[in-house]
Amino acid sequence: MSFDEITQLLTDKFGADVIAGTETGGLQPALLIHPDHITAVCLELRNNPNTYFDFLSCLTGVDYGTEENRFGVVYHLASIPYQTQLTLKISKENNRNLNDLPAFPSITSVYRTADWHEREAYDLIGIFFEGHPDLRRILLPDDWEGFPLRKDYKTAEFYKGIKID
Amino acid sequence: MNQKYEQALNDYNKKISSAATEDMVLNMGPQHPSTHGVLRLELITDGEIVKEVIPHIGYLHRCFEKHAESLTYQQTIPFTDRMDYLASMNNSHAFVMGVERMMGIDKDIPKRVEYIRVLVCELNRIGSHLIAIGTYGIDIGAFTPFLWCFRDREHIMGMLEWASGSRMLYNYIWVGGLFYDLPVGFEERCREFVDYFKPKMNELNELLTDNQVFINRTANVGVLPRDVAINYGCSGPMLRGSGLKWDLRRIDGYSAYPELDFDIPVGKGEMGTLGDCWDRYKVRVDEIEQSLRMIEQCLDRLQKELKRTPDFDPRAKLPRKTIPKAQDYYVRCEGAKGELGFYFMADGKSEIPTRVKARAPSFSNLSVLPEIARGVMIADLVATVGSVDIVLGELDR
Repeated sequence: MSFDEITQLLTDKFGADVIAGTETGGLQPALLIHPDHITAVCLELRNNPNTYFDFLSCLTGVDYGTEENRFGVVYHLASIPYQTQLTLKISKENNRNLNDLPAFPSITSVYRTADWHEREAYDLIGIFFEGHPDLRRILLPDDWEGFPLRKDYKTAEFYKGIKID
Repeated sequence: MNQKYEQALNDYNKKISSAATEDMVLNMGPQHPSTHGVLRLELITDGEIVKEVIPHIGYLHRCFEKHAESLTYQQTIPFTDRMDYLASMNNSHAFVMGVERMMGIDKDIPKRVEYIRVLVCELNRIGSHLIAIGTYGIDIGAFTPFLWCFRDREHIMGMLEWASGSRMLYNYIWVGGLFYDLPVGFEERCREFVDYFKPKMNELNELLTDNQVFINRTANVGVLPRDVAINYGCSGPMLRGSGLKWDLRRIDGYSAYPELDFDIPVGKGEMGTLGDCWDRYKVRVDEIEQSLRMIEQCLDRLQKELKRTPDFDPRAKLPRKTIPKAQDYYVRCEGAKGELGFYFMADGKSEIPTRVKARAPSFSNLSVLPEIARGVMIADLVATVGSVDIVLGELDR
């Protein structure tokens, strides 16, 4: 199925407001999805016999910079039977308060591989995934403060009273 | 801190402390030889039975993605070498390919450069698989194959050192070309190695692959069904071991691979169930053979129509400024361990990407471990971890 056909399929199934837009400027077109519907969209794309995106290649958490104050998640799906690829994007604004992390629905119920990838996005960017079974830090120690891949992250000077140099 | 964010950690602590009264909590690693590096597996055991495995990773986290946000594309290549340090060439090949496609120069790369890239990548893949096979033997208790594998790998390291000046971390493949052309005499030396190495593989098969003790330890152990493998994002020999013909060298057909003739070995469940440890091991052994075939074909072309000429400059197509158009791009290629991907976000103004994410094959491959290692014996867990073939440098990045 082509990119336009997939857009049409999702609009027919979930209504027009599920797709917030498309990005077709680069080499790989991307579908911008409304964050609340991402789990249903992924489930449909995986189970529909015409699309069958059964392989989640990559899940990336993104901080769009201090001017925009927007956080997002990018999903790269691949279909093994059809040998196609698709990029989905969700994003929302956030005030960068560490007590109010940007929250998106988890897609671990659709792709189990999202489990660790979402933990990594939480660990490094500080994106909270609602409904994730075990959202602990994965690469950094459990008591690490802050989220290093944020654009406003200040490099820690001490860890447990030990100077880092 | 919001209470919601601490919830998972508290649950985990509660689980471990309550398990400690009923069952035994056992730490395997981070300094355990069979974890292939600094991986810690927390096992909740009931006698010899593993009830649950909780992997803890991150001991080798070197902030690749953070570094990549402050360095230019060309400067990031040495960092990619340090991800999967057993197959550095494959890493930089994937990274470089992504940048070239974003710049729109991927069609201008000279054929000789592409063939040299494939040649060194396949040599490196053999080296990586030799380590996987050798250390897997050690995990199971066979010491000799390890020494044989390292002996043969040394030839590959020597050749790649000759080409790039470094034994493991090459920085050889650059955006738009190569560091240097192959040294004079490399092709002949490489052919010598292939002729030397082919009978050695037969010896290795006699010693390990068909060894009844080895088969008993690995067949029907750590069975990974195909649907579970796909859902967990497993790729490379893990996925092919479960019987699926999925190789990005064939699917995407990048670089010089469409012009090469090679088969895709898959697991067949010869010694036991489809997708067991032996199948995954066998896929690696067969892949070495296919890599040798590809190397021979590359050498044929490099010595005939793509012969070295005095005026050939592998740096001729190097861009003066590496500034891709503003876009996002995800590049994937078949690394030694599976689907290796890089996701770039370029703003179109600077040589420094806004975001680089590395999709490491070992990361997804290991995440399936708690699923397939539930209810097995501790000794079988060692066999299963070894068959996943992880490299911690890539897992933790």
